[in-house]
Parts: sequence; C-alpha cells; structure tokens
Amino acid sequence: MIMIADISADFAKLGEYLQRDFVIRALVVGVLIALCSSLFGVTLVLKRFSFIGDGLSHVAFGAMTIATVMKLTNNMLLTLPVTVICAVLLLRTGTNAKIKGDASIAMISVGALGIGYLIMNIAPSTSSRTNLAGDVCSTLFGSTSILTLKPFDVWLSVGLSAVVIVLFILFYNRLFAVTFDEAFARASGLKAGLYNLIIAVIVAVIIVLAMNLVGSLLISALVIFPALSAMRVFKSFRSVIICSAVFSVACTALGIMVSVMYGTPVGSTIVAVDIVGFAAFTAAGLIKRRV
Amino acid sequence: MAQLTVKDLTLGYEGKAIISGLDFSVDAGDYLCIVGENGSGKSTLMRTLLRLQSPISGTIETGDGLRRDEIGYLPQQSAVQRDFPASVREVVLSGCLSRIGGRPWYGKAEKAIAVESMEKMDITHLAKRCYRELSGGQQQRVLLARALCATRKMLLLDEPVAGLDPRVTAEMYSLIKRLNREDGITIIMITHDVAAGLDNANKILHVGAELFFGTKEEYLASPVSRGFSATEGGEA
Repeated sequence: MIMIADISADFAKLGEYLQRDFVIRALVVGVLIALCSSLFGVTLVLKRFSFIGDGLSHVAFGAMTIATVMKLTNNMLLTLPVTVICAVLLLRTGTNAKIKGDASIAMISVGALGIGYLIMNIAPSTSSRTNLAGDVCSTLFGSTSILTLKPFDVWLSVGLSAVVIVLFILFYNRLFAVTFDEAFARASGLKAGLYNLIIAVIVAVIIVLAMNLVGSLLISALVIFPALSAMRVFKSFRSVIICSAVFSVACTALGIMVSVMYGTPVGSTIVAVDIVGFAAFTAAGLIKRRV
Repeated sequence: MAQLTVKDLTLGYEGKAIISGLDFSVDAGDYLCIVGENGSGKSTLMRTLLRLQSPISGTIETGDGLRRDEIGYLPQQSAVQRDFPASVREVVLSGCLSRIGGRPWYGKAEKAIAVESMEKMDITHLAKRCYRELSGGQQQRVLLARALCATRKMLLLDEPVAGLDPRVTAEMYSLIKRLNREDGITIIMITHDVAAGLDNANKILHVGAELFFGTKEEYLASPVSRGFSATEGGEA
C-alpha cells in the first residue's frame, strides 16, 4: 500500500514538474536530439561508423573546454565547426590513409579528451578553478545542462534538428543506396563522396547537440542503442528506421522524466533506459525467431 | 558502332599499372567473358568500366545509344550486406537510383520497373522477405533484379556464381543466358569458371601477362587459353 501511495505521489509530482518551463524545454530538446541521432544512427551502425560518433564526442568535449576558457558567450559557436571539421577528416581517412580508420579515431578522440582536461586544469579561469571536477563531470556526463537550457539553446536545437530531419527525409533513398552498396550507388552516378560528407557533417551536428543532453561520454548510446534494438526485431530498412526513431524518443522522454522525478543524472538515466529497451528488444527478437 | 569501345587502356592503382595496352570492343547483344588469374586486374578493369576509378591512360567510350550510367552492375558481395536489414523490394528499388535524377523519391514508373525486374528474376514472392535471410542464389537473383532496374542494355557481372553450389550455379548461368538471348542484354562477365563461362560467351577477353581478345573459337585455338586452362585444371 505504501508503494502504491508512493508511486501515485510520484505521478502527482511529475504532473507538477511537467508544468515547468525547464522540464518542457528539456523534453522538447531531448526528444528532437533523440530523433535525429536515431535516424542517422542506423546509417552509422550499418556503415561500421558507429565508433566515429564516440571519437567525435571527445573532440566536441575538447572544443568545449577551449570555448569555456576563451569565455565565448555560446560554446556551440566553436564546438560545432571544430567537430564538423574533425568528422570530415575522419570519414576521409576512413577509406584510404596511412593510419587506418579505427586507429586514427582512437588517436583523435583520446587526444581531444586529454587536451581538453589539461586546458581546463591549467587555464586561469576563475569559475572552473573552484569547481573543476563538477565542470568536467557535467561536460562528460551532461549532468544537469539539459535542465538549465536557455530559450536560445532551445531554438538553436529545434532549428538544427529540423534541418537534420528534413535532410534525412529528402536523401532517404540515396542514403539507403550509399549505405547498402556504395560501389553500386557510385556506378549509378551517385556522388557517394558527397553523401559521406553530408553524413559526416550531420553526425557532427547531432553530437554537438547531444552533448547538452547526455554529455560527451554517453553520446554513442543515443546513436547505437536505438539502431541495434530496432535491428533485433525488424527486417526492412524502413521499419528499422521508424522503430529506432520511436525507440529513441520513448527512451529519452522516459529517461528525462525519471531523472526529473528522482533527481538522477539525466544522461546516465537515459542510457539506463536504453539498455533496458535493448534487452527487451533482444528478447522480442529471439521470441519472434522461435515462432 | 560498338556499345563499348576500349582503346589503349592502362589501368591500376596509384599510378602502378596492372594492365596496359588493352583494346577491345563490345557490340549490342554480345556475351563477353573476362578471364584471367587472381590479381590479373579483372576486377580493376570492371571498376574502371563502371567509373569507380579512373584509368591511368586510354579511353573508354560508349556508343550505340548506351549512356555510361546505363550499365547495370552485379558486384561481388561485400561484408556490409550480410547483416543489412533490408527487404528484397527495397534492394531492387535502389537499382532505379539513376532514373530519378534530382527527385528525392521513386515514382510510379520506377516502382513498375522494380516489379517487372522481380518478375523476370522470379523473386516476386520474396519481395517482403529480408535480404540477409535469403540463400546465396536468391541473393544473387535480387542483386541481378536490382541491376536490371538500372539498365536494359548492358550488365556487368563480377563473379556471379562465386560461393554458389553447382545446381544454383547452373540456374544462374541459364538465367544470365536468357537475359542475353531473349532480352538482348549485353553481358560482360568476370569469371573464374572458365569452362562454364565459355559455354555461353561469344567473346573472350583474357587479362594477365598475355592479353587476348577475340571470339570464343579464336580463344580456344590460341596458346593463351591452353596455358590458362591447364593451370586452372591443376588447381581443381
């Protein structure tokens, strides 16, 4: 009985929270980022590029520390271009380079992480001096930044997400072709290099957006979990895309609400929900195969 | 005029020539087999014909109403495809990519072509199945249907029977032969399987240390073929 009373009290609390601006902002931005990352996550996973998401998120972390030290009014102004450039370079080298793709990603990602932390430590910045661990922790795990969004951040996220989603819909068939069989797509006259470039840029944008939500260490979860979960159950490209979008949005929204209610860190809560979802889909896939 | 004319072609990677001084031409309705040892540059030649890489020197010209993007392509299967979630219909439809120009979506015309190609390959009943769950022979039919969406004029086939069992191999060859004889589609096929390949072809291109291009009869009478068949026979 106490349990039930507790839960109903929790729901009342949730209803109350959902009236507040900061919760609504977090939900709007969270859902949009979840949607974008899941759409392109499928392509990344299938192209064997999922690790690039991880590498780029560390680059974004490094860029963000520099932006903080330079005291830019909006971190994204530096983080976004730097991450985009790295994305382009990484996807370029992925095909033919002296240093192989996975090694160069590991190098850049670890390098950015190290330099970022170093800069945070040695920079004579008054605010981050006092709470260095807290700052690093919040950039890496996005502890509360999603709950402290300003209207400008929300509009920027909404705008960028809208662009990403429209591009995805317009290029859907070409993305499928270039992901399924790049050689055939190129033989059909498709500029595969251009589409790989577009993918790289969009992924960079998504990662910079997602830093607000789950922090730079956990971004890969947003990219990988929805795609892999959907692929456990569904067999066609379109159904996998739709399912992973729904999965991602549902898990993220649930994660944000749980974290608001119980005061858990947003990013890790979302990832935890993703893991539970993945387990459920894996089970569903196994059952479906048996039947 | 020939559909495809290759003049004094030198090809390879990073300026290193694998094949040089290659001349041959393909007429409408031809069935050309490209044979040669591993590493002799067969696949490089195919990639060059498809504009996936540029030749070091020489020219490739299309004529007789054939555009460069009207060449259908059956690639060797890559690792990516093996666990790719895609329905047969989606894969076949992606062959229409060169037909939609700047439009984002496939229209009625493209969908009709996809349906027709699937009927031709006898895979209509598989349309909703997942590509990765099909057998090797069925997968090849799907990819062939995709290639047919891209062209009704010329098909380039890269080792179309690699990894298939003998019965399915025979089926595949007769399918390709039918496309050539009944639909008048020009076939260019790379193959290791010299004997079976030679059964259907009317022209042979042998690449390697020695180049040969001519009709099947000329090839069988030439010293190039004897040396090659002997070594191939030794391996088997």
